[in-house]
Amino acid sequence: MTETLRSRDAGPRPAVPASGRTAPPKRVDVSRAVVVGLVLAAGVVVLAGLSLAVGARATSLPVVWDALVDFDPANTDHVVIHTRIPRTVTGIVVGAALALAGAAMQGITRNPLADPGILGLNAGAALAVVLGIHLFGIGTVTGYIWFAFAGAAFSAVVIYLVASLGREGATPVKLALAGAALAAGLMSVMHAILLMDQAALDGFRFWQVGVLGARSLSDVATLLPFFAAGALLVFASTRLFNALALGDDAATGLGVRVGRGRITAGLGVVLLAGGGTALAGPIAFLGLVIPHAIRLLTGADYRSLMPLSVLAGPVLLLGADVLGRIILPPSEVQVGVMTAVIGAPVFIWLIRTRKQVTL
Amino acid sequence: MLKRADTAPATAPADANASREAALSASIGADSSAARGTGRRVRRVGAVLAGAVVVLFIARVVLGSPVVYLDQLAQILAGETVPGLSFIVLEHRLPAASVGAMAGAALGLSGTVFQTLLRNPLASPDVIGVGYGAATAAVTGMLAFGLAGPLLSAVAFAGGLVVALFVYFMADSGKHTGGRFILIGIGVAAMLQAVLNYLLTRTDVRAAGDALHWLVGSLSSSTWERAGTILLSLVVLVPLTALAVSKLKILELGDDAASGLGLDVRRTRAALVVLGVALSACTIAVTGPIAFVAFLAGPLARLLAGRTNFACSAFVGAALVLAADFAGANLFGDISLPAGVITGALGAPFLLWLLVRSNKQGMGG
Repeated sequence: MTETLRSRDAGPRPAVPASGRTAPPKRVDVSRAVVVGLVLAAGVVVLAGLSLAVGARATSLPVVWDALVDFDPANTDHVVIHTRIPRTVTGIVVGAALALAGAAMQGITRNPLADPGILGLNAGAALAVVLGIHLFGIGTVTGYIWFAFAGAAFSAVVIYLVASLGREGATPVKLALAGAALAAGLMSVMHAILLMDQAALDGFRFWQVGVLGARSLSDVATLLPFFAAGALLVFASTRLFNALALGDDAATGLGVRVGRGRITAGLGVVLLAGGGTALAGPIAFLGLVIPHAIRLLTGADYRSLMPLSVLAGPVLLLGADVLGRIILPPSEVQVGVMTAVIGAPVFIWLIRTRKQVTL
Repeated sequence: MLKRADTAPATAPADANASREAALSASIGADSSAARGTGRRVRRVGAVLAGAVVVLFIARVVLGSPVVYLDQLAQILAGETVPGLSFIVLEHRLPAASVGAMAGAALGLSGTVFQTLLRNPLASPDVIGVGYGAATAAVTGMLAFGLAGPLLSAVAFAGGLVVALFVYFMADSGKHTGGRFILIGIGVAAMLQAVLNYLLTRTDVRAAGDALHWLVGSLSSSTWERAGTILLSLVVLVPLTALAVSKLKILELGDDAASGLGLDVRRTRAALVVLGVALSACTIAVTGPIAFVAFLAGPLARLLAGRTNFACSAFVGAALVLAADFAGANLFGDISLPAGVITGALGAPFLLWLLVRSNKQGMGG
């Protein structure tokens, strides 16, 4: 089983030869990683500028610059641009958090298809938020956040327990099926609540598509400590992920405490994914797509994979958000819909490039 | 009179299917007394299940608020008007129970077709995106074009079929089956779910509530016209399915053996996929996607009957929907929950349990 997993893992990663199963991960090509990192950082800056400039009232990048350096309250363009700042900041933070969560999930489960959306973490967080709205009338992010964390953690534990029981461990199909099953069950309960409570439905239907524009800067600031803690836990697990890529036994042989490491890293994932979901609603596929794109560019070593994912997540999320604003004028397509529409083809492509998905 | 016209067809196709099944198993597997023994068990279980469906059907019609006593029911069915009850029974409970029984049977058959075809108990139209395809198409039709009735059914069927064929070809299912099909289905389902959520934000909250009510899967808006739509679909689809299922048995021998026996493997598989989609789409169009029935019916029937049997799956499906609708309507006091909420909430733990169990056997997804 380990063998099939490894060779499948190696499918879309040209940097790791399929035969190199027992070899340590290839050394990071530092100069290449730095170049990719710089390009991505430039991408974040440009897209942040576009995110401030594009919308129902379009402005140009020079005007954006003016508005940021020399704000003039009498200038309507400047005011409009300032109203777009929270949305852009949310996009950067959530994009980074979800991409990092996705990379870490793939590391923990040693599973190329792991993603907070596919594995039902978002559904768990969503149900918990609906319960919060319905039972306690909660409407603020500080209120949502604990529910979202609890829901995401619940899903994560259930999924991992179900999928990892048995001698084969958590194969891609098992994890995905367990996630789909759990998500469907949680959605049913959620629908039952929403059918009884029209006010909750009205609030929730706009949250569940995934939007960036609904939050203020203070909401983002509230969540920053959680993101920071999550990122810290995940980055501290870099060595664990690289060791796990060789298989559980090899990792244990290398002196890594596998069980405890997985729990620590899992906590980090829950903080990142739950926080992202609380801020922007369930955004699917971002955590799946970004780490794979980075693997194609710089290889599978988590030492380069995770920092670059942090940069690439905002590029995709801001790009999807900007695209959603101009694709169906005068209305906007929410960013969660855009990432799903962009991400699903990538997901299918990933499955198709694997020679064989065992059952 | 109406009742007789309706209940008979609801169970008759499945009965026909059962006898065909029995004849088939007699012709293929009659090489040992053990096979004959399981055949007897299947027939016995099938009869018990059919009885259970009838009991649940009657319970759904007479129980609830107000309770209809059996003599009153007989009066109503004989054409007499019982004040306050006739309308409820004839226009509400009877059509709902008929639609529920037929929809459940169709979903059970559909799920078992996919599960047998993909050789995986976890592959059902719910999981692999067919339901979402039909639902997305139907909600688009409802919210954007104001469709209703048979046209809506056609749109839902088309949506389900497009998604199924897309997944089928993306997974190269002529050559590979199983895991890849399921994974691509899950991916497509996730995307369609995002599109559905988007559609729900495009209307006012009342329309969104209606669409959500339909999306959950409910029998409460059943009418005789809708029952007729399902009945018509089943009259066409069940015989075709029975025919295709006999091919499925040859397919189970393995692709090479099946080609050797003169079967066009790829075409047979494609035909089975289309039939499986048609069976679930024709019910989704009427009731909305009732979660997990298609998924649960096959494994439950197998648990009871000892082996895969399509008639038993159909009975289990019908019993599940009727029981869920009954529970949702009567067990929660003043609140009436749609059948789909009950099947969804109970189906998920069962799926997870099945995953754990198949893990222990080392053959799971």
